[in-house]
Amino acid sequence: MSITEERRAAVIGTPMLRREDPALLTGEAKFTNDIPIPGALYLGVLRSPYAHAKILSVDVSAAMAFPGVVAAYGGADLTALWAAPMPCAWPVTADMKNPPHYPVAVDKACYAGDAVAVVLANDDRVAHDALELIDVRYEALPAVIDLEEALSDRVVIHAGAGTNKAYTWDLKCESHEGAVDEAFAAATHHVKERYIQQRLLPMFMEPRACAAVPQPFGGDMTLYSSTQIPHILKVMTALTLGIPEQQMRVVAPAVGGGFGGKLNVYAEELLCVALSRKLGVPVRWNEERAENAMSTIHGRGQIQDIELAADADGKLTAVRVRLIADMGAYLQLVTPGVPLLGAFLYAGVYDLPVAYDFSCTSVFTTMTPTDAYRGAGRPEATYAIERAMDSLAAKLGIDPLELRKRNFIRKDQYPYTAFSGLTYDSGDHLAAAEKAAELVGYEALRAQQATQNVDAGTKRLGIGVSSYFEMCGLAPSRVLASLNYSAGGWEAATVRILATNKIQVVTGATPHGQGHVTSWSMIVADKLGVAPEDVDVLHSDTAISPLGLDTYGSRSLVVGGVAIAMACDRVIDKARKIAAHQLEAAPEDLDFIDGTFSVKGSPDRATPLAAIAFAAFTAHDLPEGVEPNLEAHVTYDPPNFSWPFGTHICVVEVDTETGHVDILKYVAVDDCGVQINPMIVDGQVHGGVVQGLAQALYEVASYDENGNLRNGSLAEYLVPAASDVPSVTTGHTVTPSPTNLLGVKGIGEAGTIGAAPAVINAVVDALSGLGVTDMMMPASPMTVWNTIKAAQAGSTTGGK
Amino acid sequence: MQISVTVNGTTHESDVEPRTLLVHYVRENLGLTGTNIGCDTSSCGACTLHLDGEAVKSCTVLAVQADGQRVDTIESLAIDGVLHPMQQAFMENHGLQCGYCTPGMVMASIGLLNENPNPTEQQVRLGLEGNLCRCTGYHNIVKSVLACAKGAHS
Ligand code: FES
Ligand code: FES
Repeated sequence: MSITEERRAAVIGTPMLRREDPALLTGEAKFTNDIPIPGALYLGVLRSPYAHAKILSVDVSAAMAFPGVVAAYGGADLTALWAAPMPCAWPVTADMKNPPHYPVAVDKACYAGDAVAVVLANDDRVAHDALELIDVRYEALPAVIDLEEALSDRVVIHAGAGTNKAYTWDLKCESHEGAVDEAFAAATHHVKERYIQQRLLPMFMEPRACAAVPQPFGGDMTLYSSTQIPHILKVMTALTLGIPEQQMRVVAPAVGGGFGGKLNVYAEELLCVALSRKLGVPVRWNEERAENAMSTIHGRGQIQDIELAADADGKLTAVRVRLIADMGAYLQLVTPGVPLLGAFLYAGVYDLPVAYDFSCTSVFTTMTPTDAYRGAGRPEATYAIERAMDSLAAKLGIDPLELRKRNFIRKDQYPYTAFSGLTYDSGDHLAAAEKAAELVGYEALRAQQATQNVDAGTKRLGIGVSSYFEMCGLAPSRVLASLNYSAGGWEAATVRILATNKIQVVTGATPHGQGHVTSWSMIVADKLGVAPEDVDVLHSDTAISPLGLDTYGSRSLVVGGVAIAMACDRVIDKARKIAAHQLEAAPEDLDFIDGTFSVKGSPDRATPLAAIAFAAFTAHDLPEGVEPNLEAHVTYDPPNFSWPFGTHICVVEVDTETGHVDILKYVAVDDCGVQINPMIVDGQVHGGVVQGLAQALYEVASYDENGNLRNGSLAEYLVPAASDVPSVTTGHTVTPSPTNLLGVKGIGEAGTIGAAPAVINAVVDALSGLGVTDMMMPASPMTVWNTIKAAQAGSTTGGK
Repeated sequence: MQISVTVNGTTHESDVEPRTLLVHYVRENLGLTGTNIGCDTSSCGACTLHLDGEAVKSCTVLAVQADGQRVDTIESLAIDGVLHPMQQAFMENHGLQCGYCTPGMVMASIGLLNENPNPTEQQVRLGLEGNLCRCTGYHNIVKSVLACAKGAHS
């Protein structure tokens, strides 16, 4: 039998079942609020019922007298605990306004949900009951909920800033000065549209929870938190509370979803740590869903004005974008950076000359702070360009898919230097689009549509196409520096071969549903020739994994996973030296195949990795200069973003009498390069698509004119249920990324990025015969019906 | 108030406050934290368990209402280290990601098949309407339940 025949099959690329699942399926996994902490006090947080109010006085005496209450404080009682204001890590411009804010407001509440007082009690329910006894006197001030009204500065929210404008950030890319204006002047076709990105609530299923456990005499502090970012949280907690960083440990136990909503440093985390430090006892907090809706960050919240210039064939010649972004009441961890993450994507996957003019003005309002939510800036950008492309197609009178094909960056143009100077790594947009069209049966559907959407028809068929880029894998540290982000984008990995040839891997990525343990085991199994079950993956505890930048922006695999592969290579290099010593050969003369070193050309002279691992452990006979043990640590800073892409096609039937949208078929063709585990990839796409579709059809954080959230519960905020959504047909093309060792790209946000425009394009397409040219999100039956009526009455405002 | 409840086969005599919800009772008094809490409006289904063999949202039931009855939680399903067929189906079909909705989803799915052993895809979707999942988009949850139903018949 030859060596090739003996080789064990690769694990990478197989739909290996998840190693995480048994613990989660049996209730064995511990989420933060499952962890017993004897003697812990429970934190209750009183929140402002006003969107905007002066705090005149806070009286906690009645709460203090309530049986079971240990302490109660207003904001003014706690100011000595804060070494610095709540952190914002992304000062996008030098003159950005960042009004200082603290875990508990002192003089003023700036959104409904802003913390104004706290209670500590020996029981969670007692803490909540006691909150009702706190007497806070307010002087209500006008709410500011309209972005353009906010920009007028008629009511200035933060007096110290003097304006509601947080910043203006521009990205103007021109081949020569005036190129954009010239292109618009010369354009045969000109599209000018306004789109609204409604506010969304992340609504991960596990509400936030945290627990601080002090060691009053030892000096150390442990924070358990349902967070995506234990590493960043450790640094920020240390800075914000003046705790020496080496004494701070953060653990993220099992985390029940995040989607960006747990990518933050929250008041309650800081309160638990600060109060447990102050009192010398553990303090814990469990978020209620109603609090979650008010006090966890919101997503989206933008007004987008986009203009396209195109030639007679519909080839794009310039793009101009003016954005107003809703920051909410304060800047949270990466609030101001979210629009910037989309700033590079308003030309989508199209070959645009260097004629791009983007400007974003961000504004404070008296609503919950916004921040990253699945896709963060990129779904918004993709929505705008993909909706505008459909408008352009309508102007030209050509099929929207055909217009996209005319504009796609061609495969032979890769690696492609974009108008912005960024290099797109690899892509084949035409192949993905053609595959999606084939899977959905595009031609046949268009034919059916022509016969179905006749004048009197009330069930109208619509087909919506959306082609997207994900731009993910945050990120090359130097690029982040150029965007003024305060941290890097590297990721750390350690691979350790234990004495018994079992493998321990430490990752700085922090899973909360993505299956890192499974995928990382698969990478290591193939690299080292071991079984995936022989690999243990340690994560999410800064005492075990001291270095890391955590999980968001579809970065885990393309940065953290690649770091694992690199660490494996380094371990193999070291093992090779020991093997060469044992086999009396030169290191470069050894093959390493399926976990065995052998001398090239004489396969009998071989030694398994297990023997090398044990030799490295005993250290009895190591070559000169080689240290004991087999372990390697890698910190990997990616040279580029990764650029996953794809085309989604949604088919809907709209009932013009009820406004109901029925999704008949949803096809998603995504290209995320090499797939480590296709089962997990598909799962990410399914979940992402439904989140995007939810924005299109169901979800909006709805505020009344007083700045109160009207639908802050899962009974009123329409997170779709199984009966509200279709199955998703997935397809893939595979264009490996040339910039990393594994050829991988991200996939976590792709579905969300592609979905909303595909759905709305389909709805508008269904109704175009009735004069409808746009549709507000969410396209609820009421909105659809109103839009049809307005179109028939001669106005085509899309429900705006 | 004094109650006697048989939870996962063991009878517990407990003293509970009248306002204690069943979900808090199993989580806090008995330490069975597999049953999760995801909302305060009986909307999410994360707290689903079986009360006398029927899937219920345990945040809608008072502990005292379970007096004299049988409660089964997610912790009761796997026996001697072997997953229940529904748990196995979720694992094989990638019916979970973060796993927070999962205990409730599995208990609700078992309840669904008890009532309708051979559901269509649409019946599964409607039957799980009261259980929210933010991760999976439901595609693989539905697949898991259908696979489990099919497995039971083959
Ligand atoms: S906790 Fe949400 S339904 Fe019971
Ligand atoms: S798996 Fe995360 S909520 Fe369902």
